[in-house]
Amino acid sequence: MDAALHAPVIARPAPVRSAGLLAWLRANLFADWKNALATIIVVALITRWLPEIVDWAFVRSVTRPDNAACRALDHSGACWGVIAEKYRLILFGRYPFDEQWRPLLATLLMVVMLVASCTRVLWSRWLVVAWLAVLVVFFALMRGGIAGLTPVETARWGGVPLTMLLSTLSIAAAFPIAVLVALGRRSHLPAIRTLCIVYVELIRGVPLISVLFMASFMFPLFIPPGITVDVLVRVLVGITLFAAAYLAEVVRGGLQAIPKGQHEAAAAMGLSYWQTQRKIVLPQALRMVVPSIMNSFISTFKDTSLVTIVSLYDLTGSLALALGGDADWRQFYMEGYLFIAAIYWTFCFAMSRYSQWVERHLRVGNAR
Amino acid sequence: MAAKRHDWSWRSRATRGLIYQVLAVAAITAVIWFLAHNTLENMRVRGIQSGFGFFAQPAGFDIGESIFAFDSADPYWKAFLVGLSNTLRAAVVGIVLTTILGTLIGIGRLSRNFLVRNLCTAYVELFRNIPVLLQLLMWYFVLNEWLPPVSDALNPLPGIFLSKSGMAFPIPEWEHGHLVTIVGMALGIATAWFYRRRARAAFERTGVARPMLWPVLVFVAVGALLGWVAGGAPTALELPVRNDLNVSGGGAVTPEFLAVTIGLTIYTASFVAEIVRSGIQSVPWGQTEAAGALGLSRGQALKLVLLPQALRVIIPPLTNQYLNLTKNSSLAVAVGYPDLVSISNTTLNQTGRAVECITVIMAVYLTLSLVTAALMNWYNSRSAIKER
Repeated sequence: MDAALHAPVIARPAPVRSAGLLAWLRANLFADWKNALATIIVVALITRWLPEIVDWAFVRSVTRPDNAACRALDHSGACWGVIAEKYRLILFGRYPFDEQWRPLLATLLMVVMLVASCTRVLWSRWLVVAWLAVLVVFFALMRGGIAGLTPVETARWGGVPLTMLLSTLSIAAAFPIAVLVALGRRSHLPAIRTLCIVYVELIRGVPLISVLFMASFMFPLFIPPGITVDVLVRVLVGITLFAAAYLAEVVRGGLQAIPKGQHEAAAAMGLSYWQTQRKIVLPQALRMVVPSIMNSFISTFKDTSLVTIVSLYDLTGSLALALGGDADWRQFYMEGYLFIAAIYWTFCFAMSRYSQWVERHLRVGNAR
Repeated sequence: MAAKRHDWSWRSRATRGLIYQVLAVAAITAVIWFLAHNTLENMRVRGIQSGFGFFAQPAGFDIGESIFAFDSADPYWKAFLVGLSNTLRAAVVGIVLTTILGTLIGIGRLSRNFLVRNLCTAYVELFRNIPVLLQLLMWYFVLNEWLPPVSDALNPLPGIFLSKSGMAFPIPEWEHGHLVTIVGMALGIATAWFYRRRARAAFERTGVARPMLWPVLVFVAVGALLGWVAGGAPTALELPVRNDLNVSGGGAVTPEFLAVTIGLTIYTASFVAEIVRSGIQSVPWGQTEAAGALGLSRGQALKLVLLPQALRVIIPPLTNQYLNLTKNSSLAVAVGYPDLVSISNTTLNQTGRAVECITVIMAVYLTLSLVTAALMNWYNSRSAIKER
């Protein structure tokens, strides 16, 4: 046989490796020249700034409450000592120092309850009962006056317990209002629909700070002479009404997504309006908007920081209380800001992660 | 059931509906009457005067920064105008910057580059989970405490000075030539508008698409350039100069303004980034493939197929964020930026006219919101999917 007839096919080059570290680097960091340039810029920025930040925050920082050592740093390192010195004032505000185990216990109870409410096996009617019990205990602990506890007026409440109280109560109270307003906005009764639209658009059109000013400056004019309402309650009402308007729009979005057939089927089965809403429409509508509801909750939690402007000492306000008047420590405000920012961040981030988990779990039923 | 016949029994739905409505309206009216009655009564008892008459009285306080001249002898209404202009100034600058930053970060979250993607995600998760008030306070602290005093201001770029007293930057010196530039630009815009009309008419008639975007930009740029050259090509810049005691000349912004705009921009950009990302992701990949199959170039696909669909998802929540930014600018009161709320607050403390001052704040913000909502509805009805 002639050798020339047999021409073996030239072997193709081996395929580019698509697994392993090198391939990952190529695909994720150096896919093309633009990508590579971005990688180099980001790496350059990180190597420039990260060591300085680590150096400032950890290496050269002072963690003991030693004012002289902190001053000696001259801001070349963080003075976490300010937290060690002032943490009780920051966390509990003007609450009497010797009684601060009470807000601590009350806050821990609230946190336990929040975690319990997020646990699926515990979702039942008993949770509502437990919440009411915990709120009663919370108020009893904070206010005192019973079981031998010294009374502490609400003006001295502050810090984390106040932030928790404002956000939990306003969210809890806003939710039913929001559902009713959302139903009202889709009602076929024109007067009720108009009232709901006016309420929602009025509140959503103005900043929260103006609502709080109203609660703080105008509310005393609204009530009959001789009666005084605690500023905490007034602010709570303001935040609740504000949060309810935003939440109502979220719930309305869910209601609009329910097909008309569901209403018609419920009517065909002889369900009344409220039965239809409670058993057919709301369970589906609320499930659909869980992420947006959680976003509303997170916003409300962050918004409670605004009560500082009307002179309540929530977490943000009590930091100003702790550092504002102290000439020795006030130059380390930034460390204090970072501390409370970390607290806010932890709560909000946990809530947003939880919302993603709930969303996944509620979607299980819809999986095809 | 006969549809027309009204049956006024308790079992009739219409009757019950009417009763509910009458009750609701009566309840709301009673509450409002009760509140109004109490307010008037309280005001009488405490001797508080009402009405907006005090608006014409001299304000008696100075305002740190203002677009137009203001001194303490000017009336309250002028102080409110200064406040409104300051609110709008912070809001407009914030909106422009937040759109740019938010879009970049939103696109970055979809980058193929691991580092860029995660850096952008970290940005979003970091800044949207910290209250905006706290962020404003932090920025104000950085600008007000960490920067050097004005006598040894930082000079990061030529012509830009950064210190506790704010930022000074060069501005073009006003010359007659700038007016001619503006006229040239206006002529360019007019030409571009005519060109667009003609191109669109030609497209309707013949189906041949002429390029739209580039010629328009070129017309405007060439118009402005010709105007600038015709006006004698003025290049003089007014540079800020550092003296022994202060920095003078040029344009300047206060640390309060900087804190408010930086804080609002960085906070809102984290939300805008999420909106941009979800908008881009809302357009199915099949749309890109279909555009390619029809022979559209990448640019055409982006302009004619992808962007119109993504923008339909992006614009409504984006407008909401713009409104949020504007409303959040009211937190400027916490860092002492003289915005509308801050001026109202000062006025309220001076005159005790709580009802009037809070009414002004609410009315202004409500007007801004309603105008934006009206524009939004107009845009939505224009861009909604045209169905059968």
